[in-house]
Amino acid sequence: MKKMISLILVLALALCMVPVFAEEEAAEEEASELALMTYAEYAEAEIDAPVYVETYVQATQSWWEDKITVYAQSEDGAYFIYNMACSQEDAEKLVPGAKIAVKGFKSEWSGEVEITDATFEFVEADPFIAEAEDVTAKLGTDELIDDQNKLVAFKGMTVEAYDESGAAFAYKNAENKTDDLYFKVSKDGQTYDFCVEFYLCGNDTEVYKAVEALNVGDVIDLEGFLYWYNGANPHITKVVPAA
Amino acid sequence: MNKHLKSIAIGLVLIFVLLFLSGCHGRLESREAEGAGSTAIPETFDDSKPIELVFWAKNDTNKVQTAVYTKAIEDFEQMYPNVKINLRLYADYSRIFADVITNIATKTTPNICITYPDHIATYKTGQDVVLPLDDWMKDSRFGLGGSEVRFDSPKQEEVVPEFLNECILDGRYYAVPYMRSTEALYVNQDMVEQLGYELPEIVTWDFVWEVSEKAMEKNEDGTFRINGQKVMIPFIYKSTDNMMITMLKQLDAPYSTEDGEVLIFNDTTKGLLEEVYKHAKSRAFSTFAISSYPGNFLNAGQCIFAIDSTAGATWMGSEAPMLDIHEEQVVPFKIKVMPIPQFKPEEPKMISQGPDICIFNKEDPQEVLASWLFTQYLLSNKVQLGYAETEGYVPVTLKAQESAEYQDYVSRIGEDDDHYSVKIQASELLRKYTSDTFVTPVFNGSTSLRSAAGQLIESTSKSARRKEKMNDAYIEKLYSDVTSLFQLDQIEVKAGKRVTFGELPAEAKTLLIVIPCIWILIGLYALVTKRKGRKKT
Repeated sequence: MKKMISLILVLALALCMVPVFAEEEAAEEEASELALMTYAEYAEAEIDAPVYVETYVQATQSWWEDKITVYAQSEDGAYFIYNMACSQEDAEKLVPGAKIAVKGFKSEWSGEVEITDATFEFVEADPFIAEAEDVTAKLGTDELIDDQNKLVAFKGMTVEAYDESGAAFAYKNAENKTDDLYFKVSKDGQTYDFCVEFYLCGNDTEVYKAVEALNVGDVIDLEGFLYWYNGANPHITKVVPAA
Repeated sequence: MNKHLKSIAIGLVLIFVLLFLSGCHGRLESREAEGAGSTAIPETFDDSKPIELVFWAKNDTNKVQTAVYTKAIEDFEQMYPNVKINLRLYADYSRIFADVITNIATKTTPNICITYPDHIATYKTGQDVVLPLDDWMKDSRFGLGGSEVRFDSPKQEEVVPEFLNECILDGRYYAVPYMRSTEALYVNQDMVEQLGYELPEIVTWDFVWEVSEKAMEKNEDGTFRINGQKVMIPFIYKSTDNMMITMLKQLDAPYSTEDGEVLIFNDTTKGLLEEVYKHAKSRAFSTFAISSYPGNFLNAGQCIFAIDSTAGATWMGSEAPMLDIHEEQVVPFKIKVMPIPQFKPEEPKMISQGPDICIFNKEDPQEVLASWLFTQYLLSNKVQLGYAETEGYVPVTLKAQESAEYQDYVSRIGEDDDHYSVKIQASELLRKYTSDTFVTPVFNGSTSLRSAAGQLIESTSKSARRKEKMNDAYIEKLYSDVTSLFQLDQIEVKAGKRVTFGELPAEAKTLLIVIPCIWILIGLYALVTKRKGRKKT
């Protein structure tokens, strides 16, 4: 009798797991239809198309409600992965260099081409950290967008007054300094909008403090991820006096 | 016998654990709830005792709004010199909500908070966390317009009744309104006329869909005929939560009961989603979450119908004082501010939205009194007018609305950026239609239901764009996914303290059938063994 009860219990538990496995199988079936893409194939894909890429984490914004936004780059191109589903535990493992396989949809928000509704898996591989590519010469040209989302560098930029107050930068939230920093830099008579994204580089980071210390007329070198918001709007990660 | 007792005890423990694990939206546990916070109104205001208050508010990235808050604090501190107010500004209300929830548990809530009614419903699930204001409002000394108040405070009857009534939760006032706005339809009138249409006084949804589809016609080079650009999204809705809620309201279709019963998953909703799907598929319709701010597309000549809050009016129009796109991207056009589209234009319905002010209970009655006095100060003409004029908000008091200063402000429409015509038209829209506004029932979980309403539209729109099929199975799965995502099956229904859990998952159903069967088998086994034992003896 005891054996019979044990058997029933095992069967019951197995029965309970059937719907779970069935759902997982369906999801896997759907995902397996999508072939792994190179960056070129990703770039060719239409907006709203499903995409599947392998890439390397370069930086992340703060984890929030089981989601994380990732700046990722491979040897052949870069990706901005917006609000990717991620547990807090996995978020801690999304360190620069970590390789991930990402499935989601190609989307565009205010000109920023990104991957949304994404899920991911870690892939074992040697880490890859991108080097900042100097795109100063491409500023103001149509070619700049080809480097969208990459870690890039801007050299010899002059700090301009942010607004009529003459300040060199502006806080999105001046009262608490718990939000983005905006500033403007120019080169060859053209002025560009740059940003320190608070969820990427908070007010305790070197870059945040460096921008707070800027003066109009300073000449600086910058690095950051080439984000887009109605035009180029890099998320700056490093500011130093021009070499 | 001991064995039986043991089995019963284990069974009870298991039941308790199961009940414990079946977590729902739940109540907020607060140490503040343990007897803290007397709500008795003190006889006098104690000037001798230093009082420090914490005030959390939101500004719309608008420096003038920040200045209104800081000036209000400065003025109040002059009238009540022993009170010091620490302001903390947030960029969005969801962050305030999240922080309040965290701080309720650690007994570190602010004293005063500008927040949404849905959020207050959750705060107040913690016992005595939020101060009920009924007695405070009508107190002859410190109440609204009270004799001991050191500034010109509005009387209760001078607060717009529709707005004040929106602050009633479970039969009591748990807040006072701070600002009110509604949604407006910002229209590129030139494009509508260019497409051969004339704008009626109130547009219907059919009108908007028809014009939007017409605007999708393209030239041979792939650009849109209407604007000659590669980008055209004729109709963009900022808040899809509001879109679904308002459409249902206009059709008198169910959304939820006052007690928190979720009714949104009905055939009317399905019909609306099918319509949304059609226009999202053709790309004639999109949302803020999918594409970006409606105003940016409107100002760039890439959108005809933009629906956004009246509180965002300073960003709307090619002459807008606030611009989020480069000046060279702006395309000049004639803008018209209208009520949002309607199903029955003769009975217009639009949402009333905007933040309230709530006070958190504290142990020191003097601290609570100071909080209440500052709350009242936020309703004074000085603050109401100062803040309302920063955006397309409407002051929540008749005292402020009817003041000479406000009348002067409105009469100077279009004079300069401070009197930007679109902003004042947007405010006046709400004043004109105040009696046609509505709010949705507020309960613990209503925030989730609001989000779920929007998610239905967002998911449907994304699916349409991603070429997923729309059919009954799709709707069924969408309803189920949204229910699960926002835990709508765990919302506690107040009436009769009933809790609905929705349909159980298959594995849970199986367990519920199998477990009693096993218990019966165990019982039978025990019985058989006992009988055998008796026979042996």
